[in-house]
Amino acid sequence: MFFSTLVIGLVLGGTYALIALGLTIQYGIARIMNLAYGEITIAGAFFVFLLVSSMGLSPLLGLVLVVPLGFALSWLLYGIVFHPLVKRASHAGQLEIDSILVTFGLMFLAQGLFTMFFGSEFAGYSWLQTPVNLLGAKIAAGRVLGLLIAVLIGGGLWLAMQRTRWGVNLRAVANHPEFAPLVGINRNSAARVAFGLGGAIAAAGGAVMSMYQPFTAVDGGFLTMKALVIVIMGGVGNLGGALMAGLMIGVVEAYVSYAIDPGLTLAATYTIFLGVLLWRPKGLFA
Amino acid sequence: MKTFGILTFLVLAVGMAVLPLGIGDYGHGVLVGMMSYIVLASAWALFSGPTRYVSLATVAFFGIGAYTVAVLADHLPFGAILVVAGSIGLCVALLVGLATLRLAGIYFVIFSFGLAELVRQLITWFETSVNHTLGRYIFIEVSTAQIYWMLLGLGIITLGLRWWIGNSRLGLAVNAIGDDETVARHAGVNVTGVKLALFAVSSVLITLAGAIQAPRWTYVEPSIVFNPTISFMTLVMALLGGPGRLWGPVAGAVPLYFLFEWIATRFPDQNAIILGLVFVAIVFLVPGGLLSLIDKWRARARAAGEQAHA
Repeated sequence: MFFSTLVIGLVLGGTYALIALGLTIQYGIARIMNLAYGEITIAGAFFVFLLVSSMGLSPLLGLVLVVPLGFALSWLLYGIVFHPLVKRASHAGQLEIDSILVTFGLMFLAQGLFTMFFGSEFAGYSWLQTPVNLLGAKIAAGRVLGLLIAVLIGGGLWLAMQRTRWGVNLRAVANHPEFAPLVGINRNSAARVAFGLGGAIAAAGGAVMSMYQPFTAVDGGFLTMKALVIVIMGGVGNLGGALMAGLMIGVVEAYVSYAIDPGLTLAATYTIFLGVLLWRPKGLFA
Repeated sequence: MKTFGILTFLVLAVGMAVLPLGIGDYGHGVLVGMMSYIVLASAWALFSGPTRYVSLATVAFFGIGAYTVAVLADHLPFGAILVVAGSIGLCVALLVGLATLRLAGIYFVIFSFGLAELVRQLITWFETSVNHTLGRYIFIEVSTAQIYWMLLGLGIITLGLRWWIGNSRLGLAVNAIGDDETVARHAGVNVTGVKLALFAVSSVLITLAGAIQAPRWTYVEPSIVFNPTISFMTLVMALLGGPGRLWGPVAGAVPLYFLFEWIATRFPDQNAIILGLVFVAIVFLVPGGLLSLIDKWRARARAAGEQAHA
């Protein structure tokens, strides 16, 4: 039981890590605190759910389609909503408050729309439920595939950020936003691309989540909260840190819900968060 | 000018106090709801206005207050319960504040975002696994009008505190923090201490607002008293009026309370959508709050007057 709980936790943590990656990119590079982030994830999940349940398509096809859609939606959102706020803000603190408030509004708007179209019931589909034996733990094939996809996307992104010219540009904006323009980097377009990229990852995370777990129209808030905790734990903008922290949170949640009570998973997450804040506020891996 | 302000305040307070006399029980309920949001928005702004920390923990303290009443209703007189509730709110506020307020504001936002859910989960878990029940009944002999008067008293205290803070050395320190924390620190302001004190006062007021209203529910469950919408409504009301001004939260709370009451009866399913749109509209259209528009008009009138003079 010890071992299978670990595997379940890692699978769960893989999705969390994937979702948190997008948020750490949005906050670290575009400097927008996006509290409507989880809503993009839920939008991705609903999109795949619709494709699978009403058109009978494969969830994997849904995943492929949802990534560019998530990117486009977030890219447009940055241009329409956040760019005017960035231009208006007199200092970083003002932008932070403005973006928190606006994304709150967007969170409500999205939750209201989801509830209007899909109702407040759980949505989900069954896919690859056949159990596979993974190191002694019996686990649904869909979950294992979800973990694999999360690792693939996360690893690919990490490589792209480390090894390509494009990744170097984005990291330059993240580390020294005021110096990046001096070496010819367009800060505004870098921020916009980063925000879009974050949205693409959020939507992909939602697609993966829908493959093994039912969800509701208002689950986005929880996802945002967990992703935020993971981002802070890993250090803002630190991709490797977010991956590690995401897996950790997943494992802790799995053990808490197995050993104590499934209703206490958020309490466990927050206890860890409190510990990190008191002990290492710059992140575990700083 | 100062005596004029105090006189207006007194007249207004007396006017609000006699308001329930002419109307029935339904009217009392409406008044309680309105006064509750006046207190919540003003208490929220007491901390968040000058420090510019966005707190989403309102319903965490509101719920703690209400739940304390539910647990102690059969054991203590109402007055004593209020004291206990206030003390619990104070302890939680100090704990949360000590952990988050010495760090950058964003940590506080994130923690307060989930605090209500955290408290709700802990209480639900405790009630189901230790007490083996969920939900409690509250039987306390308090009329709706009495609840209204208590809330009015709390509102007067809240506004009085905000006025006093705004005109004291503490207010100067708090405003310095809101403008530039580093500068404030260098000027010798005990930044963390000031923030913590304000957060504690604001949280106790919110806890009391929850406790005072608890008898109106009769049946209480964690998911009822920790309803996150209360936090967002409070936030959006304070922002609409302008959290930096004494009367800002009141000016935001009254119209929005009636707007949302109307929406809740006419379009119950579109509540969230409209709340979301109001948020976005405020940030883009009235970033400083409604009352800041008065300043703008005054400045424009003055400029026009000077032009005519020249």
